[in-house]
Amino acid sequence: MNYFPDEVLEHVFDFITSHKDRNSVSLVCKSWYKIEKYSRQRVFIGNCYSISPERLIARFPGLKSLTLKGKPHFADFNLVPDDWGGFLYPWIKAMARSRIGLEELRLKRMVVSDESLELLSKSFPNFKSLVLVSCEGFTTDGLAAVAANCRLLRELDLQENEVEDHRGHWLSCFPENCTSLVLLNFACLKGEINLASLERLVARSPNLKSLRLNRAVPFDTLQRLLMRAPQLVDLGTGSYVHDPYSEAYNKLKAAIQSCNSIRSLSGFLEVAPRCMSAVYPVCENLTFLNLSYAAGLQSIELTKLIQYCRKLQRLWILDCIGDKGLGVVASTCKELQELRVFPSDPFDAGNAAVTEEGLVLVSAGCPKLNSLLYFCQQMTNAALITVAKNCTNFIRFRLCILDPIKPDPVTNQPLDEGFGAIVRSCKGLKRLSLSGLLTDQVFYYIGMHAKQLEMLSIAFAGDSDKGMLYVLNGCKKLRKLEIRDCPFGDAALLEDMGKYETMRSLWMSSCEVTLGACKTLAKKMPSLNVEIINESEQTEFNLEDRQKVDKMYLYRTVVGHRKDAPEFVWLL
Amino acid sequence: MSPPLLGVEEEVQSNVSSPSVDCGLGLKERNYLGLSDCSSVDSSGVSSLPDNNKNNLNLKATELRLGLPGSLSPERETELWLLNSGKLDEKPLFPLLPSKDGTCSSSQKNVVTGNKRGFSDTMDGFSEVKGYVFTEKSWMFHEAGSESPQSVGHGKYPGNSGVNVTLSARFPGAQASVKKEEPANVLQKQPRATNGTNLKQTDIANNKNGAPAAKAQVVGWPPVRSFRAKTLATSSKNNDEVDGKPGPAALFVKVSMDGAPYLRKVDLSTYSTYRELSSALEKMFSCFTLGQCGFHGTAGKEILSQSKLKDILHGSDYVLTYKDRDGDWMLVGDVPWAMFIETCKRLKIMKSCDATGLAPRAMEKSKATN
Repeated sequence: MNYFPDEVLEHVFDFITSHKDRNSVSLVCKSWYKIEKYSRQRVFIGNCYSISPERLIARFPGLKSLTLKGKPHFADFNLVPDDWGGFLYPWIKAMARSRIGLEELRLKRMVVSDESLELLSKSFPNFKSLVLVSCEGFTTDGLAAVAANCRLLRELDLQENEVEDHRGHWLSCFPENCTSLVLLNFACLKGEINLASLERLVARSPNLKSLRLNRAVPFDTLQRLLMRAPQLVDLGTGSYVHDPYSEAYNKLKAAIQSCNSIRSLSGFLEVAPRCMSAVYPVCENLTFLNLSYAAGLQSIELTKLIQYCRKLQRLWILDCIGDKGLGVVASTCKELQELRVFPSDPFDAGNAAVTEEGLVLVSAGCPKLNSLLYFCQQMTNAALITVAKNCTNFIRFRLCILDPIKPDPVTNQPLDEGFGAIVRSCKGLKRLSLSGLLTDQVFYYIGMHAKQLEMLSIAFAGDSDKGMLYVLNGCKKLRKLEIRDCPFGDAALLEDMGKYETMRSLWMSSCEVTLGACKTLAKKMPSLNVEIINESEQTEFNLEDRQKVDKMYLYRTVVGHRKDAPEFVWLL
Repeated sequence: MSPPLLGVEEEVQSNVSSPSVDCGLGLKERNYLGLSDCSSVDSSGVSSLPDNNKNNLNLKATELRLGLPGSLSPERETELWLLNSGKLDEKPLFPLLPSKDGTCSSSQKNVVTGNKRGFSDTMDGFSEVKGYVFTEKSWMFHEAGSESPQSVGHGKYPGNSGVNVTLSARFPGAQASVKKEEPANVLQKQPRATNGTNLKQTDIANNKNGAPAAKAQVVGWPPVRSFRAKTLATSSKNNDEVDGKPGPAALFVKVSMDGAPYLRKVDLSTYSTYRELSSALEKMFSCFTLGQCGFHGTAGKEILSQSKLKDILHGSDYVLTYKDRDGDWMLVGDVPWAMFIETCKRLKIMKSCDATGLAPRAMEKSKATN
């Protein structure tokens, strides 16, 4: 191999696409390191504070596609104060200065300012794809800049972001000669849209495959858009409210029927149930159906729709579908791989419409099921054991019983045995979220059997430090551990400090960990940033070492303390 | 095992009592919403309070309490709320933990951070019961720059306005309907109109073992993305009457149009913005204006599209007016939507030539209302 010219090696490396593999390649020898370094185009940074923009650019000067994740996962649930961090701007600034040929940017839980969007739009002439997931800090003005300046823009994908909507004309900012759009998703925007501009944009985008509208796009516009874009593969409707006996409705039906490429359907943020029959024709080819925002559809309408979806692989739905509705899913969707059942009434635990029965039915009917997110009223050990028997392929198993410490309602036992069965049976399990009444025993099982586990989320579980230790010791591939409201303390935290260098991050909130222990850890492990998030006005000096910290977030890093931490974050 | 229960509701339902109410002693005395108790708390007592807390917690350590780990002393909550009033929206209360195996030591914590204001948030749900005014007034000025004035202090959700403010300060362009539902984001107990009045009954019904029935929300639980929680809350409100069935408070008003042979009726509660109402009226009356097209000098041969109708309605030909409680004919669109649907008794689509002399008295009216 030493006698191959670099170009050949580079060509070989082109076939190696997984980040892990490319990382391994770069460790082989100096020359491989160098070749890999200059040929690397896609970089994934799971924690934006683990490295600095400057070092990234120095390491991979040929960077074209960057994925960045900012805030810890629990920020999704309001456990992390705003202004904690995760700012995009420094990255754009650095890449712009170094003339990186950025083409693709994918961000999750980052703070994205209009300034950064503007700078991005002007600094990277080949920029093609912007994907923002759960981000915040920008307005439609930033989007206008992207639309106006990114001449080659192919993808603008806004997923569940908090966008300040200035009801501007950002859509009109796409220049008339912009015809390159392949994906346009603005479903999360709350404000008005210039409908005429939207129609013109769609009309001049022959490559448009994915279009997800926001609530402000009315029914008749949808019909016109479908007429212009019959090649759509992925459709997210806006407002889907109309009189089912009107001419407009008939027109929509006709338009949908001409769209025979649609494989993915979502939206229905506002929906008139009687109009759903218009979409039946596309159901038979659907592989992804996302009705998780369609609060206006009841179980009857949902099941009627699903009965046509025989090829469905991914289903996101609200729990108003009920156990019976899930039974229909089980008998219809034999190809189902991913199921997400969201709570339609999250803060009223007594009302969740699905129980363990629905899950058991789906597990029995859909043997290919490998990914689950399930919010339910209750769960039993027996059900989990049955599910484990029926589906051994789970990669992601996230169960959320709305009452966080609810035991098995039949036996009044903790759910240790049920989850134990899951980890024993699903040898490929990578992600697990627990809920319900749980003791240290479940962690014993996890440590013993979940050998591929990479991410574990724990809440209100366990009895003692032993629980956490089982996990830290047993799960060799653990990358992210997030714990809230568990009785795990200093002994567990400090037992194996080196472990955290093998992980991306650890979150512990409302546990038994003291400030002193955190300080010890920070001191002994300079390669970790240990952050204490403290929202009271107390300064560090008032806090004694033996006092418990409310929120601790630690992560490995090669660049030491970050410089942009707000006042309420203490870097130990 | 009992679910996490302890919360503010003890104060409201004083007939419910349990040992854990002792922990709530502090709760009862503290009012986080700016009434006299609060103001008497000396903010300079910050440094002394933690000591008090420690003592209190030590005493309480052996108490059998209901709650989740991270239970905290009420005194601390007050202090922290005052100090962090700017962050009111963020961290509702941590309820107390059902003690497991009788070990209460885990529930004893000298926690540092400020998540303990939640009582004020949960209290917001009972703002109507308590009849407090503080939140409205104190947050009003923050809303000055907001484009959507209707959420401040008006109508049904005074408690939420505190929450609204912080968000509005960041997102002044956000629609009011989103803001109204924001409480879902902070896991308040009473986020939605439909559930509002039922809340207490539900809580009592869910009271499983005779302990206080409050379902004070746990921060960040269930783990639903805040974006989703907010959106769903808004959607469910909007969808309630989409079917055409009247919702819990149907507001049918007559709509007349000059020159039309008969009147129509619309249910104002099915709309949440002027835009929606206006489009609905356009659709409803399109058949009547067809005939008017040529009469008013528009290119009579054009097919009347909805946008054309909109032009007619929004242009110089017609104006939308309403008759308010006092019997005056007002121009539609001046006042916040929520105020409009409360005062509107009848709608009329007038020809603009007839609509002279409609004084926008909305300003005077809103002052009077406030």
